[in-house]
Parts: sequence; structure tokens; C-alpha cells
Amino acid sequence: MLIKTIFSGFGGQGVVMMGYLLAIGGMYEDKNVTCLPSYGAEVRGGTANCTVVLSTEEIASPVASEPEFAVLMNNPSLFRFQNQVQSGGTIFLNSSMIESRPIRGDLEIYEIPVNDLAKQLHSNKVSNMIMLGAFIKKAGLVSLETINHALKDTFGNRNPTILKSNKTALLLGYNYLE
Amino acid sequence: MPKVLMRGNHVVAESAVRAGCRFYFGYPITPQNEIPEYMSERLSKLDGGVFIQAESEIASIHMVIGASMAGGRAMTSSSGPGISLKQEGISFLSALELPAVIVNMSRGGPGLGNIAPSQSDYFQATRGGGHGDYRTIVLAPNSCQELANLTYKAFDLADKYRIPVVILGDGMLGQMMEPVELPPEVQIKKLPHKDWILTGAKGRPSRFLRSLILDPFEEEEHNWKLMRKYERITKEETKWETSFADDAKLMVVAFGSAARIAKGAIKRMRDEGLKVGLIRPISLWPFPYKAIKELTKKVRRFFVFEMNMGQMLEDVKLALEGDGEVHFYGRPGGIILTPLEISRVISSYYYQKRLG
Repeated sequence: MLIKTIFSGFGGQGVVMMGYLLAIGGMYEDKNVTCLPSYGAEVRGGTANCTVVLSTEEIASPVASEPEFAVLMNNPSLFRFQNQVQSGGTIFLNSSMIESRPIRGDLEIYEIPVNDLAKQLHSNKVSNMIMLGAFIKKAGLVSLETINHALKDTFGNRNPTILKSNKTALLLGYNYLE
Repeated sequence: MPKVLMRGNHVVAESAVRAGCRFYFGYPITPQNEIPEYMSERLSKLDGGVFIQAESEIASIHMVIGASMAGGRAMTSSSGPGISLKQEGISFLSALELPAVIVNMSRGGPGLGNIAPSQSDYFQATRGGGHGDYRTIVLAPNSCQELANLTYKAFDLADKYRIPVVILGDGMLGQMMEPVELPPEVQIKKLPHKDWILTGAKGRPSRFLRSLILDPFEEEEHNWKLMRKYERITKEETKWETSFADDAKLMVVAFGSAARIAKGAIKRMRDEGLKVGLIRPISLWPFPYKAIKELTKKVRRFFVFEMNMGQMLEDVKLALEGDGEVHFYGRPGGIILTPLEISRVISSYYYQKRLG
């Protein structure tokens, strides 16, 4: 098994955090993991992205040319990555901010209005966790329990309300998709 | 010890601290900025920890010279253009026989180039850009775990041989995160005693460290002494790794990031029945000349893959001494090939040469 996922969005939408948590989750489930955040000038104001590879074998390259999954948080990300996803792959798109839809017919597409859902929680900051929850459920790469564990280890020593609001958002996203 | 998910640059910094490094001097440059960032916090909380963001790369390498003369485990890091500036200091470290660790998270060049991962600093690292007859140990990790192990080991090698050690990584290794088991923390007081450092001569005869040796006979003797040291290192510290070599008809030679991508490609080709193997030099100096020459007993064809225009290629040719046949494929400028892409290149060569 070797599964590649690209998370992409505006710098500040938390795409690197999504990738980081998935990578930690994979590590906790004893998989081989690489996580490569973009570090170019594009981080400033443009699209930020983060590639995560999970595998049961040694990982040769942390760069994903044809990912199985793409998690897209804004319009530019859709244009940049829709043609890179493998045939039969899956796109998770933030329908609050992405108006167009992929032209390709060979992809599975999940639409999650994460910014609108975040309004229910009165915090736009956790929209990435809503997306991650939805992604975890449908991608089935790591369990919700593992991601909760990863969240706790990442945010546990900060303000407890941050951990709580992130967990709530994760669950909201997880339950959003049937 | 449980594994932690860490970025390559942070792995280097934390492993250095665990190896007893208490002196870090640097100047910012992408893609290694996370090393000084991490060190500034980590060292400021440690007893005797010193972090200085110097006014330039040249200043920072000379601060390393000072800290090393005083007996501390010292490190600096940079990327290509910054390492160019440090060459004068590296020559002085070599002349003075001072231990130091220099990390190069290399990027596309020449000139300012770009910030994408490239292996174009192979010549600079293994031949040395500084003046004089000197060598530095050069280690080329290919994963975050190896970054940890080799950085840790680099400090011991530097002290053991009184030599600067270069860690040659690249932007990809510096930026990517992988699970890592960190090495244990050394107790600085238990490190081997150094009987040559400058600590103030109270109660003992004074010591002297200098690189100016005006008498040619004396300078010649100093050079021979260095030479004997380099021969000893070549004998004892040459490191490499082979995979799928036993029945290989074609051996790929690659180091660092290129080697891990090549290994992925070779696994694909093995699935299709192609008999391709890999030899990965881990120490670029001393280079595993003998190990490569030894392979010619079983393999005649070698495929060198680098993320540059063919630098290690020259060492492979030196190793083969005209034996066997060498083919080169390189991608300069910061291009990272996928295992699938490089497997296509290697397998087309494999079939052209009628190995399959």
C-alpha cells in the first residue's frame, strides 16, 4: 500500500496542519510516513500545500506526482491540482470557497462547505479540522481515534479550549458526510 | 524511545544538541532556516548554550573556529551560496586541525540559483572550495533518520580525527518530515578530553594554534601529517550501502535524495523482472572507490543518477579505472524526478544494452 495525498489552500487555511496531523496519525498506526510542506515563495499569500505519503513499505519519494487524494481549500488549488490526481482518485473540495467544479469525469468528488460549517462553531479558524474530519471518514487511511490522539499530542500543552474546539470541528466534519 | 515526526532541519539541530553541540553560529538562507530557528530556542535554554546569528556566513564560520579552539562542539549550517562564503574558514579549520560540523542543505545553483533541492554542491563538498591541500569528511544522508544518525556521528568523527565534517543534504531532506528515533543525549563532561585546546595556560605550558607556517620544510611536514590522517580516515570511515546487488546486471550509483528515489525505481523494475541493483555512497569523502571497483567482478554496466550535471560521476569513473561501462543521467536545477520517471530512463537503457 502506498497512498499519496495533497492538501492545498491559501497560506493560513491550515493545510500544513492537516497534513501534519495525518502524518502523525499514520506514524501512530505504524505506517511509513513522509510529509513535505511547500516552502517556496508561494507560501506568502499564494497557495500553500503539503504532500503526505502513507505506506506499508519504504517510501522512495515524498513528492506525489499522481496523488490518490487531493484536499482543496480554495479555487487556485482546484486549478493547480485537479489534473494531477490519478484516474479514479478522490477530491475533497471546500464548496464554501470553490465555485467551479472539476471537468474530469473519472474522479470521486466530495463537497464540504467548511467555512459555512465553521460558522456554526463560531470559529473560522477550525475550518481545516472540519475538512480533515470529512477526509478521514471517506479516505479511511487512519482512524478518527488516532487523529484525536494526534490532536491531543499536538495541542494538548496549549490552551485547553483550542484542543476542544478543534476536536469538535473534527467530529462535525466527520459526521457531515454520510 | 518512541518515534517523533520531525522536519529534516529540526532533526539536524536536535541531533546536534544531543551530540553535545553547544555553539551554533549561522546566517539565514532557505532551505535551512529551520536549523538556526530551532537552535536559537533550544540553545538559549541550555546551560552554556551559545547561539549567534552572525553578520555574515564568513563571520559565522570564523566563530566556529573560535569555539572549536576553546574545546566546544561547534556547528554552522547554510545552503550552497552561503557555504561558498564559508570556504576560507573551512580551509583554516583544516589547517588548524579543528573539529567542526558544517551542514549544507543544498539548493539549485550556480549563483543565487533557486531554493529547490539539488545535488550540485558535490564538487564543492568533496573537493573543497577553499585553498590548500586538505580534505573534509563528507556525509550524505538520505532520510530524516539518517540525518539524525549522521549528524550525531559527525561530532564524534570531527573530534576523533580533529577534522571538519560536512553533512551534505538538500532542500528536500531539510524540509520533509519523517518519523525519527532521536539519539540519546551525551553528557558533555564525559566526552574525551582534548589536550590541545586553548583554555588559558594557568599552571601548564602554553599552547599555540596557528595556520601560518613560513618554513616550507615545516609546512611540508604538516601536510604529510594531514595526509597520513586522511589515509587513516579513508581506511576506517568509508561507508556505503548496496541493495539488490547479488544478481544485478546493471548497478545504479546514486547518493542522498537521488538514491532513495532510485531505490523506489529499482523496486518497480524488480517487480518487472529487471535485474538492477543500487550502490549508495554514504560517505562521499572518503568515497567507496574499492567497493565500486569490487562490483566489476560481477557487473559490467553502471548507471549514475544525480540531481546535477554529473559530479559524483567522476568519482565513479575513478573507481572503475576504465573497467566496465558508465552511463550518466542527471537532472540539474532542482528537479525532483519521481521513481516512475527514473525507472523509465533506467529500463530503456537496460533494454538498449540487451541486458533483459
